[in-house]
Amino acid sequence: MTAASLAVSSTDTGDRTRTGRLALILLALLLVLTAIVSLGVGPAALSPARVVEILLSGPRPSEANLGDTVIVWQIRLPRILLGCLVGASLACGGALMQGLFRNPLADPGLAGVSSGSALAAVAVIVLGGGFLDSILGPWTLPFAAFFGGLASTALLYTVATSQGRTAIATMLLAGIALGALAGALTGFLVFLSDDRQLRDITFWSLGGLGGASWERLWTCGPIMVAALLASPFLARGLNALVLGEAEAFHLGLSVQRLKRLAIVIVAAGTAASVAAAGVVGFVGIVVPHLLRLAVGADHRFLLPASALLGAILILVADMAARTLASPAELPIGILTAILGAPFFLWLLLRRRGFSEL
Amino acid sequence: MRFPVLRSLSLALALTGLAAQSASAQDPKRVVSIGGAATEIVYALGEEKRLAAVDTTSLYPPETKALPNVGYIRALSAEGVLSLSPDMILLEDGAGPPEAVKLIDAAGVEVVHVPAGHSVEALPEKIRTVAHALGRDSDGNAMASKVSTDLAALQKELGAVKARQKVLFILSLKDDRPLAAGEDTAADAMIRLAGAQNVLAGTKGYKGLSWEAASALQPDVILMMDRGGEAHGGDAFALPALAATPAGRNKRLIKMDALYLLGFGPRTPAAARELASRLYPDLALRQP
Repeated sequence: MTAASLAVSSTDTGDRTRTGRLALILLALLLVLTAIVSLGVGPAALSPARVVEILLSGPRPSEANLGDTVIVWQIRLPRILLGCLVGASLACGGALMQGLFRNPLADPGLAGVSSGSALAAVAVIVLGGGFLDSILGPWTLPFAAFFGGLASTALLYTVATSQGRTAIATMLLAGIALGALAGALTGFLVFLSDDRQLRDITFWSLGGLGGASWERLWTCGPIMVAALLASPFLARGLNALVLGEAEAFHLGLSVQRLKRLAIVIVAAGTAASVAAAGVVGFVGIVVPHLLRLAVGADHRFLLPASALLGAILILVADMAARTLASPAELPIGILTAILGAPFFLWLLLRRRGFSEL
Repeated sequence: MRFPVLRSLSLALALTGLAAQSASAQDPKRVVSIGGAATEIVYALGEEKRLAAVDTTSLYPPETKALPNVGYIRALSAEGVLSLSPDMILLEDGAGPPEAVKLIDAAGVEVVHVPAGHSVEALPEKIRTVAHALGRDSDGNAMASKVSTDLAALQKELGAVKARQKVLFILSLKDDRPLAAGEDTAADAMIRLAGAQNVLAGTKGYKGLSWEAASALQPDVILMMDRGGEAHGGDAFALPALAATPAGRNKRLIKMDALYLLGFGPRTPAAARELASRLYPDLALRQP
């Protein structure tokens, strides 16, 4: 079905350029709007006027409005910015992976990041950070998740590359094997864990922006920003790759360079997002699909549009996460799927209706 | 925002200063209690009217259900807690995540760390900490010494025991697989307080056992929670592996309320005494 949509949309790219530009502008406006609304929504009831007043009075709290200033400047603002980056990185990473693997089922997890991050994070939760704990303190977990993800991608890339050529199919299969191995080791750690650790693992693997802070934004954010800024440069290459590796090569594309760059960008962006917010599923696979249905498969529009819509989806899901169970908080991974899946199904059904006409 | 990093750093410093100033707040009016034992102590002191919210591990007394709930002890939401405008948060050790606690602290809420743990020493310390935070030091001291005295008295009475009973604590029989308590669990601590021996000592935490292993441990008594064995109509000895143990032959199954048995709060001395008197019926222990 999506293979068909790829084929269809690449024939009418001419028509879609305007649609693509329009979609980008609309999505950017929608993102700004969502972010503003998001700043006013939360378990603490602050009127929009109060939020604006606190924003204008700056991050330095006076004794009188200490609590509200902390809520707006220290909790909501870094959380919204971090949420935008996490959503954008995951969705854009998904679009890159689907382009690279030429497979609509690819997601950022295929680069091995998620399984490696999960294994490292669970190891820290169950076994403790060892000497890392004394240096990094509460940073041990995000640190381990980030480098665990990168290490497993590096391993996967080495396995799939011989004589300077990366076999994408091998990478896919090796990714499944490595994922199973990491899953088994994670399972063993789960067996060793006590009740509290088990619940920590569950919460971490459902994702959440509850740990958002300016410090986390300054450490994980730049990596995600760099990955996001680099990805549009791969758009033309990925468009050529739709035709096939050999064909792209004969179009003058350095296929190997494209693969390497895409994998590095996805691994860095995804690992940083996992370090920032745990595992948030669904965004990476569904957002690019939605947009392929709407704006077509041209990566020049698909990549930035995915980033924007990914950010919007995370912000909306996080608003629900913060308010639905207030004063407690729901894991965001549940909500991205609850919000995204029915919409996606509806789109698929509608589209099927069209193609049958 | 030209130097955002510096700015947020100086902000953090400024906030820490402010928090330190307000930390001397006496007589807190709105308290959020995180942790089952801490909440139970607040009730035992008769200070429940100050509670603004509790967490999901605060299940006793049942009235806690009527209070707003801020979620699981390890997954607190900073804004969720702050939205209740508390002036104090009682935080059992292990509560988190640390980022949320830091933000709650930065917002000027007094954060009181209550020690956790299942030891004879930790329990009075918990009580004193909570009582001090609520400005009820003398009542707290009295309650803490009573707890210590009661536990010591029980130990003394149990000194007469010659043959220590071997106990297997089964947390649940879900899916026909026993989940049993090893060391470092509240159940293990209670078994020892009641003068018995945990057959699964040497293993840490709650572990799934095979039936063969459960049978080979040869427990004298099976200890379960009131609602741990629905799978077999509450009859654990319907399972052949358990029926073959000394406990099964003598039909010795003790069931106790989960929160009473494992809560490690003010009711723990009474729970330990009840368990001990059911383990050693011939000893004629004083009833709580």
